[in-house]
Amino acid sequence: MRRHIFQGMIHAPLTEAAPTPDDTALAELTQALERTARRRLGRSLSIREVDAGSCNGCELEIHALNNAFYDLERFGLRFVASPRHADVLLVTGPLTHNMREALERTYCATPDPKWVVAAGDCAIDGGLFAGSPACVVGSVGAAVPIDLHIRGCPPQPVDLLKGLLALLEAQA
Amino acid sequence: MAALSELLAKGKRVEAHRPVPRAMLDANTWMEAAHALADERMTLLTLWGEREAAHMAARDAESGAIAVFSFACPNGHFPSVGAVHLPAVRLERTMRDLHGLVAVGAKDARAWLDHGKWPHSRAEACAPYDFLSAAGEGLHRIVVGPVHAGIIEPGNFRFTAGGETVVRLEERLGYVHKGIEGLMAGADLQRGVQLAGRTSGDSTVAYAFAFARAAEAALECEAPPRAVWLRALMAELERLANHFGDIGAICNDAAFALMHAHTGVLRERALRASEAAFGHRLMRDCIVPGGVAHDLDDQGSAAIRAMIAEARRRFPPLVKLYDDTTSLQDRTVGTGYLKPRLARQYGAGGFVGRASARDFDVRRDLVYAPYDRMRFVVPKRSDGDVNARVWVRIHEVEQSLDLIEQILASLPTGPLRTTLPIGEEAGEGLALVEGFRGDVLVWLRLNADGTIARCHLRDPSWFQWPLLEAAIEGNIVADFPLCNKSFNCSYSGHDL
Repeated sequence: MRRHIFQGMIHAPLTEAAPTPDDTALAELTQALERTARRRLGRSLSIREVDAGSCNGCELEIHALNNAFYDLERFGLRFVASPRHADVLLVTGPLTHNMREALERTYCATPDPKWVVAAGDCAIDGGLFAGSPACVVGSVGAAVPIDLHIRGCPPQPVDLLKGLLALLEAQA
Repeated sequence: MAALSELLAKGKRVEAHRPVPRAMLDANTWMEAAHALADERMTLLTLWGEREAAHMAARDAESGAIAVFSFACPNGHFPSVGAVHLPAVRLERTMRDLHGLVAVGAKDARAWLDHGKWPHSRAEACAPYDFLSAAGEGLHRIVVGPVHAGIIEPGNFRFTAGGETVVRLEERLGYVHKGIEGLMAGADLQRGVQLAGRTSGDSTVAYAFAFARAAEAALECEAPPRAVWLRALMAELERLANHFGDIGAICNDAAFALMHAHTGVLRERALRASEAAFGHRLMRDCIVPGGVAHDLDDQGSAAIRAMIAEARRRFPPLVKLYDDTTSLQDRTVGTGYLKPRLARQYGAGGFVGRASARDFDVRRDLVYAPYDRMRFVVPKRSDGDVNARVWVRIHEVEQSLDLIEQILASLPTGPLRTTLPIGEEAGEGLALVEGFRGDVLVWLRLNADGTIARCHLRDPSWFQWPLLEAAIEGNIVADFPLCNKSFNCSYSGHDL
């Protein structure tokens, strides 16, 4: 194990330079933040991920944000285990009827001020599952107010990062 | 004579079901089939319904042959298979929820995917869910989910514990039911394969592969050779990325984050190579009925070769690290033991089955192109614990690295797609593909105009989830994440 740690110290990090925040995301957020009176939390956000019916593709890419290449925590962004500790709900999936109550309860358990990010095409408009009788019409937005949309099937880690960085920028 | 052929002889053969036979059985013969499953003369591959029929796919234990048995039930009733063969229970509960078919004689009549939240939910499903009880002095109940602490899919787990020891775990799933099989009905093949590829995100290649093969079987056509080899290349890249991720994640659940960090890098390399080769990190929508949608160019194969070279350099020291770290082994060895008898009874596929002595891999045992022309071994162990499931994955990584090199060395040239003979006649097809998690099954009935009449998708998790309940018994609650991750069952693939 010492060899692995030592090599980690002498090799250049794999972590890549930060992407610039997404412009459209910034524009969308500026409006959202006016709604919340631009309350400031400092340059740090705690994120609670909620799968509201996803195929798990989005989760795989959200997971990747924690790997050495993207290293989400260097930006002050981190995933937390409870909505009670969260500032941001990162929601995926076409919102199934079976997950609606759990999502609403998670939203209610998150203290204000809070933001909701809809990640992936399904969370935005149901994606390929739009129209299914097992999913809520209007997807995630029908149950909780969305502040930021990140498209993709699934969104690439770098797209997720751009959106989340925009959230930090717009807030500061 | 083998059980399967005996049953086929008693049934009435259905035309245009390919490549394996399908036969209509009467009630007595249907129950004979159920008993053959219970006696382990056959393994249940899946059980599914439609408006007026119940279907069962099974594999003969002796000959290895596969067949589909059907039971016509115009009144919506069929004799319960689950009453004699437990692995069928949740599938039967699903048939009730999705198609209104009642399994007569079933011991567990609770709703499964229907949580009473759908616009069309049955009245019984709206009542509070009747969890199984566990009584005894000092027992307490721990409820987890559906929203979990990590970045994972939703499901509800009820633990009953005596002190730290789990006495009973009961799972409740269905939270991510999206109605995939319902959306399939009436869709064309293009939309169908997209839906199949979104059944379980980590197995998007395996599902598209199985769907495409089922469609090609129904239409009696074949994908061109280059497409067949590229499909296998994608399937092995997917297996590699998932196994890298899992090996690290299991160690991480034993608080050994170093392994997670290193395998996370290997996983990312595999995803980037996949993107360079096929234009998508998860290779979604790259396999289509009739062939593949994306060719591999020199740049793509160079990216894959570079990834393979790095994995060959970096993975062995990580395996040694796993093997040499006694504090980690202390957590994985002996934890979450799954009895080989249960793995056999449930026909558990993938690393769950192969770590508990069930020697089965679709690539070898129900061989499909191009695996008939490749050399590989199927790793198997019989110690059945978390450690065994880690080692099976480690050996499968080694095999996949070899397979990818073999594919790159023998990739034929030629067209990527064949034109599908749509509009000629209706047909039915069945295909199994070895995904990273185990055998993915797709059954398809096509209308004469090429649209989908009925599509059934069976994730390997159907026969693995119930075994997790057995494997956790007698372990401490704190080892649940470890056991769960070592199984890594799919929620979405199961909930559909």
